Amino acid sequence: MTEALARLGQSGIIFVRHLGRATVLLLHVLTSMGEVLRRPRLLLEQLFSVGVLTVLIIAVSGLFVGMVLSLQGYYILSQFAAEATLGVMVAASLVRELGPVVTALLFAGRAGSALTAEIGLMKATEQLSGLEMMAVDPVRRVLTPRFMAGFISMPLLAALFSALGVVGGWFVGVGLLGVDDGAWWGQMQARIDWNEDLLNGVIKSLVFGFACLWIAVFQGYNCVPTSAGVSRATTRTVVHSSLAVLALDFALTALMFN
Amino acid sequence: MKSSRQLEMLVGVFMAIGLVALFFLAMQVSNLGTLHTGDSYRVQARFDNIGSLKVKAPVTMAGVEVGRVARIGFDKERFQAVVGLDIYAEYDEIPEDTYAKILTAGLLGEQYVGLDPGGSDEVLKDGSEIEITQSALVLEEVIGQFIFSKAQEGGK
Repeated sequence: MTEALARLGQSGIIFVRHLGRATVLLLHVLTSMGEVLRRPRLLLEQLFSVGVLTVLIIAVSGLFVGMVLSLQGYYILSQFAAEATLGVMVAASLVRELGPVVTALLFAGRAGSALTAEIGLMKATEQLSGLEMMAVDPVRRVLTPRFMAGFISMPLLAALFSALGVVGGWFVGVGLLGVDDGAWWGQMQARIDWNEDLLNGVIKSLVFGFACLWIAVFQGYNCVPTSAGVSRATTRTVVHSSLAVLALDFALTALMFN
Repeated sequence: MKSSRQLEMLVGVFMAIGLVALFFLAMQVSNLGTLHTGDSYRVQARFDNIGSLKVKAPVTMAGVEVGRVARIGFDKERFQAVVGLDIYAEYDEIPEDTYAKILTAGLLGEQYVGLDPGGSDEVLKDGSEIEITQSALVLEEVIGQFIFSKAQEGGK
């Protein structure tokens, strides 16, 4: 009994300690953003490995998610003879929910895990300590550019996902299933509000990006510097990011669209 | 590692694609491209019942959108709904005795305000009120009346 109580207390203390460390790290990253802007080369390299290399999987997923949405939506809507609103359904679900959420999940799997593994291995091979020995702040040199690059990339990737989803849905709906082209775009433009739907979607993807990057960077920086430790940290990044994105999505949706 | 020039190009292309996607969503998918941004003037209309009319619903004349519902309020003394209509400034020659009614797009669609022009020489201005209005058609009431009249026929 006392044993179990002690273990509970211990895990509570560990949780709070991690939270504190993560917050301190986040503040360190945020305050060194100005320094990174003065050396855009660092940011550029990270934008390439975090953003450019993620484009392909985002583009392909977006296209196929849009196509599937269109197929499934048509099946239901045609029962009510409401095929004309197919475009609204596809665009609204992409812009409001699927775009930001699925992009964030894919981003955590593709870019977040890579970030954690890279930073973790740098720590395991004592490159971060080496930087410190040379009086270079490893957070500013290694972590901040990655954080910023991810934060910039996320809304762009989410927009790409949604846009290609709409195009994919259009291809299936209008091209294959015979929904009227004018109704598709016209109804969409009439019902999707740029402020309420689009802007809230962009805000969502910014919040998700922030959470995913924070988790990825912290897990890498805080990992146990062994091969098993790096592997555990990478797994934790993907799991924690996915859970954080889903929980945040619920909270944001409740706040934004009630 | 890629050369510096190549890296810059690829990152630039990535940023451009992302921004084009955002632009596409704003202009082609959402209503930003069709949004009316010009001036408008406000007129008022009182209805006995507005059904499920919502703010931002279109105001049409002969089927053409000439404005938007700007405000929905309640008159505590007359127990009527007060609807503020923003009419776009380019439609500034709508007669004062215009007839406003709440219509439904399709059988189950959204409700909107339809305007039928009157014959007066005076035109609607900012702050003027549309005197002649017709309430929304509430489906339950219509069905209720129908059943009532059927029952009366059966009683004879």
